[in-house]
Amino acid sequence: MNIALATSNTAQDELFTSAKGRLPGVGPVATMRRAAFDDFARRGLPHRRIEEWKYTDLRALLREVAPLAPAPDQAALARAGAAVKALGINGTQKFVLVDGTFVPQLSDVSGLEKGVSLRVLRDVLENKDNAVRADLLQTSVASDAMISLNTALATDGVMIDVADGVSLTKPLHIVHVATSSDTSAVTRSLVKIGKGTNVTLVESFAAAEGAKTYQSHDSIVVWIGDNAEVQHVRLMEDALDAANITTAIFTLGAKTRLNTFCLTHGARVSRYQGFVTFKGEGSELTTNGVNLLGGQRHGDTTLLVDHAVPGCTSRETFRAALDARAHSVFQGRIIVRPDAQQTDGKMMTRALLLSDEAEVDNKPELEIFADDVSCGHGATTGALDEDLLFYLRARGLPEKEAQALLITAFVGEAIESIVNDDLREFAVATAERWLATRG
Amino acid sequence: MTALLEVKGLKVQVEENEILHGLDLTVNEGEVHAIMGPNGSGKSTLSHVIAGKPGYEVTAGEILFKGENLLEMEPNERAAKGVFLAFQYPVEIPGVATMTFLRTALNAQRKARGEGEYSTPDFLKKVREVSARLSIPQDMLKRGVNVGFSGGEKKRNEVLQMALFEPSLCILDEMDSGLDIDALRIAADGVNSLRSKGRAMVVITHYQRLLNYIIPDFVHVMSKGRVVKSGGKDLALELEKSGYAQFEDKAA
Repeated sequence: MNIALATSNTAQDELFTSAKGRLPGVGPVATMRRAAFDDFARRGLPHRRIEEWKYTDLRALLREVAPLAPAPDQAALARAGAAVKALGINGTQKFVLVDGTFVPQLSDVSGLEKGVSLRVLRDVLENKDNAVRADLLQTSVASDAMISLNTALATDGVMIDVADGVSLTKPLHIVHVATSSDTSAVTRSLVKIGKGTNVTLVESFAAAEGAKTYQSHDSIVVWIGDNAEVQHVRLMEDALDAANITTAIFTLGAKTRLNTFCLTHGARVSRYQGFVTFKGEGSELTTNGVNLLGGQRHGDTTLLVDHAVPGCTSRETFRAALDARAHSVFQGRIIVRPDAQQTDGKMMTRALLLSDEAEVDNKPELEIFADDVSCGHGATTGALDEDLLFYLRARGLPEKEAQALLITAFVGEAIESIVNDDLREFAVATAERWLATRG
Repeated sequence: MTALLEVKGLKVQVEENEILHGLDLTVNEGEVHAIMGPNGSGKSTLSHVIAGKPGYEVTAGEILFKGENLLEMEPNERAAKGVFLAFQYPVEIPGVATMTFLRTALNAQRKARGEGEYSTPDFLKKVREVSARLSIPQDMLKRGVNVGFSGGEKKRNEVLQMALFEPSLCILDEMDSGLDIDALRIAADGVNSLRSKGRAMVVITHYQRLLNYIIPDFVHVMSKGRVVKSGGKDLALELEKSGYAQFEDKAA
């Protein structure tokens, strides 16, 4: 072992030791945290020689995991409240996590829709009767250093259950707000959506005014029962110098439809890794995403779709618009297990480079072990079409406006999939805001 | 009186190949000029340079529009001043709704001229009025710009824009290409309905056929980057009989 690594191990141990007062759970929970942290400490931050993290070298981009943020005080909560308002998303049932702590007074806990139950991860883990609930922190689907880190340090999260047969009128909305600078918020949420439901789940990430260079480490585990119809929209607008490392794990029952959309607009460094497993036959997944990046920002979207059973359909549509020295990564992997006949899996990723120094990496992978399937992928990368630009300019549009119209159309193809009108408009408005900052 | 369009001694290069070798053309308000010539004579280059398409280098001469130096203007400034190029091959723009495109373009032109932008209801009213006048079906306006349009529909969309933007100079680049005779007649009827005292047109075509429908006041024959002969509408008929060969010899 070399000295540098030994030093970093000490630093990492400090991270865990100093976090202890903030970590709920005793007995098996604490044991699991220790084991998860040891796993993280052994692997360290993922780097370019780890295949799945090849294009997102966190050792270079993140350097180290910041210490946990303290529980928010009244001043922090006031700033967080303002940030929630500033999101401008109305009509949702909000569950607000500030610096990794669930805040009931900022959340819609009293007006829960019928069929929705809410528990708070911290409460469940701290309740001695629940000491054996270490499984809440377990993820068997995926394993990597960042997931282990999340298991070790998760301070809080929400546990939402939607009962069978319930159609919600309002979207469930998990809001993460950072108020503290140079610290980490580590959260884990668990959402169980029953059979025959109709649910929209929204996740937002935002910064309170003045929060700088913080890190959001989140994971969300979602189980969806049979015959459900679920919309998932994730809007990541963390501060432009922050980091966001998120793992999302979805397990789908039979004859269920999941439509997910992920917008990455914020953060200096981000990685969104989504794992979707088909556990029941005849289900459909549509997963779309847009990365809008400028400056020197790095945004990574990595999706793994596991067709473990026959007769399921998956569609991935991903767009990136990149300016300045931005770097976008899209990795899409489709696994078709030997039994998963009649699988229909396709992904398409397109990137638009608006400057000479922007960079994109696309890595589609198909692993097919069944013989009666239809799978495909495509990837394109290019600049704006000069002929289209000239046509628009010849009709009177100044250059920036002509570009904006074409960029909006380019990302619009992915945004259009959002079913909820308000959320779709929000995504369009975010894209327009990004375009406006291009000057 | 200042001419609407004055092209003087225009020399144009593309990647160091000279395409236009000193071209002169004067167009006054209300006139319809036809420019004919064989493939490669520089007809489309002329239309692109007037509209401001990138990739062309003007090495000599000038283009004045209402007395102003057109070559110093951006393509969008030229459009706002009243120059309209009807494209030979109008592009498809997936994801941009035709109505959004028309409104954005019209308002950009109005803004550049210091005029007020149209409100949505006023704009809709105007489009409905113009498209009814040109018998353009409403469902064409509901699609993405030119997406899935036939050749004829694309050209009608160009005519619709011409009617909406009300330019003072329309350049029709090979409007007949890709059109069958019925589609050609419909497009030409649209163009004819837009002829007016205040508006000039430059009709670029390879074939005399189009000029049966859009009858020009003047005909110019281009060959090898120059205008080699000018005359009245009868010149087009003469060309139809004898072909371009005589002019090609002359230019050489």
